[in-house]
Amino acid sequence: MTDEVILQVRDLKTYFKVDEGIVKAVDGVSFDLHRGETLGIVGESGSGKSVTNLSIINMIPSPPGRIAGGQVLFHGKDLLTMPADEIRKIRGNKISMIFQDPMTSLNPFLRISTQMIETIQLHQGLDKQAAKEKAIEMLRLAGIPAPETRIDQYPHQFSGGMRQRVMIAMGLSCNPEILIADEPTSALDVTIQAQILELMKDLTHRLGTAVIMITHSLGVVAGMCDTICVMYAGRIVERGPTAEIFEDPKHPYTRGLIRSVPRLDQEHTERLYSIPGQPPNVIDLPDCCPFYPRCDKAMDICKKKYPAQAQFENGHSASCWLYAKEATNV
Amino acid sequence: MARYFIRRALSLIPTLFIIITLSFFLIRLAPGGPFARERDVPEAILQNLLKRYHMDEPLFKQYLRYMGDVIRWDFGPSYRYRDLTVNEIIDRGLPVSMALGVTSLLLAVVGGVSVGIISALKQNRWQDYVAVAIAVIGISVPLFVMGPVLQLVFGMKLKILPIGQWISTHGLKAIILPALTLSFPYFAYIARLSRASILEVLRSDYIRTARAKGLKESVVVWKHVLKGALLPVVTYLGPAFSGIVVGSVVVESVFLVPGIGRPFVQSALNRDYTLIMAEVVVYSVILIIANLVVDLVYGLLDPRISYK
Repeated sequence: MTDEVILQVRDLKTYFKVDEGIVKAVDGVSFDLHRGETLGIVGESGSGKSVTNLSIINMIPSPPGRIAGGQVLFHGKDLLTMPADEIRKIRGNKISMIFQDPMTSLNPFLRISTQMIETIQLHQGLDKQAAKEKAIEMLRLAGIPAPETRIDQYPHQFSGGMRQRVMIAMGLSCNPEILIADEPTSALDVTIQAQILELMKDLTHRLGTAVIMITHSLGVVAGMCDTICVMYAGRIVERGPTAEIFEDPKHPYTRGLIRSVPRLDQEHTERLYSIPGQPPNVIDLPDCCPFYPRCDKAMDICKKKYPAQAQFENGHSASCWLYAKEATNV
Repeated sequence: MARYFIRRALSLIPTLFIIITLSFFLIRLAPGGPFARERDVPEAILQNLLKRYHMDEPLFKQYLRYMGDVIRWDFGPSYRYRDLTVNEIIDRGLPVSMALGVTSLLLAVVGGVSVGIISALKQNRWQDYVAVAIAVIGISVPLFVMGPVLQLVFGMKLKILPIGQWISTHGLKAIILPALTLSFPYFAYIARLSRASILEVLRSDYIRTARAKGLKESVVVWKHVLKGALLPVVTYLGPAFSGIVVGSVVVESVFLVPGIGRPFVQSALNRDYTLIMAEVVVYSVILIIANLVVDLVYGLLDPRISYK
C-alpha cells in the first residue's frame, strides 16, 4: 500500500425507481483507494455494498437504476461521465470484478479458454496463441492443476472452488490496478473460503493490485483488509484501519456487528448476540439516522437529522450523534 | 454419440409398429366404410368390391396382409382415387408439402428469432410493443382467417401475388402467401419464446461477468447471450415442425396447394383406409425424425448434454 490514491469515490448516489418510490440504495458514499490497498466494505444484505461497486464501473442496470450524483475518479478521470467505449477499455482491464456465485458467473456454453482469451485479446492486443499461453499461466498461478488441459473444458466440469479460481485468474489476467471482489467466498464452503482468500491475498499482493472486498463477513475483512468501511442503509457509517475498527469500534452498529460474531472463548450457555430489529426500508427514507430504531443509545436528535462525520485518530471516523462534539461540520 | 443416434433411429421401428397397429384397428371402428354411399350399392357389386380389396377376409388376416405390404413400403391401392395407388399420391404430394413446410419453418425461425432479439434488447420501448402486438395477432388469428385475408390484400387488391395453386403454375411466387400464412403463428410463438428467454439470459450472472470484462454489447449479445437463449427455441422446433406439416392441411385447402394435406382430410371423410394409414405413417416418421434432429442439435449447442 502506498500513498498514491488511484480511486476516489465522491458523494456517490445511486437510486432505483420502483413503484413504491425511490430506493436510495447508495446515498452519499465517499472513500479513497490507494495503490495496493485492500479495502473492505462490510454491511448486511441490502446495505448498498454491491450497488456501490457496480456504480464504480458504471454498470448499474438502467432503468430502474440511476446514478443520481457524485463522482468516481480513477486517476483523476470521472468514470461516471466517461463515454461507453472508453469505460469498456477500463472494465476487465484496469478495474476488474469477480462475483459472488462462481456457479453462475461463468458462461456455461463457452469453454474456459474462450472466456479467458477474449478478455486478454480485447485488452492486451495479443494474438490468440499468446493470449492462450497467458491464460494458462494465470490459471496455473490461481492453483488450477493441469491448466493446459483444463482450459479447454467447460465450466460444468469444474467445482465451485475451482470456478472461483478461474474467475480470479480471469479477473487478474490483464494486471488490473483494482480488483473488485463482490462476496467472492460467500457461496463456498468454509475450507474452500480460506483457500480462495489466501489465493487472492497472495496474488494481489504479488501483482500490486488494490482490492475492494465486499462482504458481510467480519472474519473475511479482518484477515484481508487494510481499511474497513461499514455500510448501513446506503451510507458509510464508520471507517478506519482494520485494527482500530476491531479494537475500538465507535458506531453502535459496528459494535453490534462485532458483538454478533461467535467467539471461541464464549460460554456455550450464553446466547449469541444479535442486533434487534430489521434493516430499514430504504424507500423514501427521511433525513434521520437510519439505525436509530435498532440502536440502544438512540436519542431524540437521531430521529430528526442524519449525524455528521466525527473524526478520530488515524483516519478513523464515524457518523453518529454520540460524537457530536468531535464532528467537524455539524 | 453415434451409437446413441443409431439406437434412437432403431427405436423408430417399434414406435411405428404400434402407431400402425392402433390406427389400423381404430379406423375400422369408425362407422361407414370406403364403399358406403347415400344410395346403397347393390349387394353383388359390394361383395365383388370387398373381395377385390380383400376386405371379405377376417380382420386379423387383413392386418397381417397390410403389415406385409407396409414393410415393403407398399401402401396399396387407394379405395377412392381408383386410378392411383397410395404410393403415387404420397410421392406426388409429399415434396410439395415438405417444400411448403420447410419454407414456413425457416420463415418462422429466422423471423421469430430476429423479432425476439429486437424486442428483448428494446424492452418496453416502441419496437418491443410493436413486436408483442404482432405476436399476439399471430397467435390468436387462425390460419383459415389469415389465409383469405392475405389472398384478399395481395392477390385481389394489390394483384402482386397469385391467390392460389403452386410453383408449377405460377413459379416461385406461388409459395409466398401459403408459406407466410402457415408460418405466422409459429413465427409469433418463436418471437415470444426467444424474447422471454433472451431477457432471462440478459439478467443472468454470466452476462454481468461478460459486461464487467469490457466486452462490447454486440459481442455480449451474439457470443454470450444467444447460444443459451436459443435452446428453448430449438426444443420447440420438433413439435413446431410436425405442427407446421399438419397445419398445412388447412393452408393447402385455402391456397389449393397440391400437397398431401388435402388428400389426408378427404381420405378421413371417405374412409379411404389405405390412404389414411399411409398419411399417418408419413406424419409419424416426420415427427419422429424432427424430434431426433432437435435432440442432436441440442447436444451440439449445450456442452452439459452428452449422449451415451
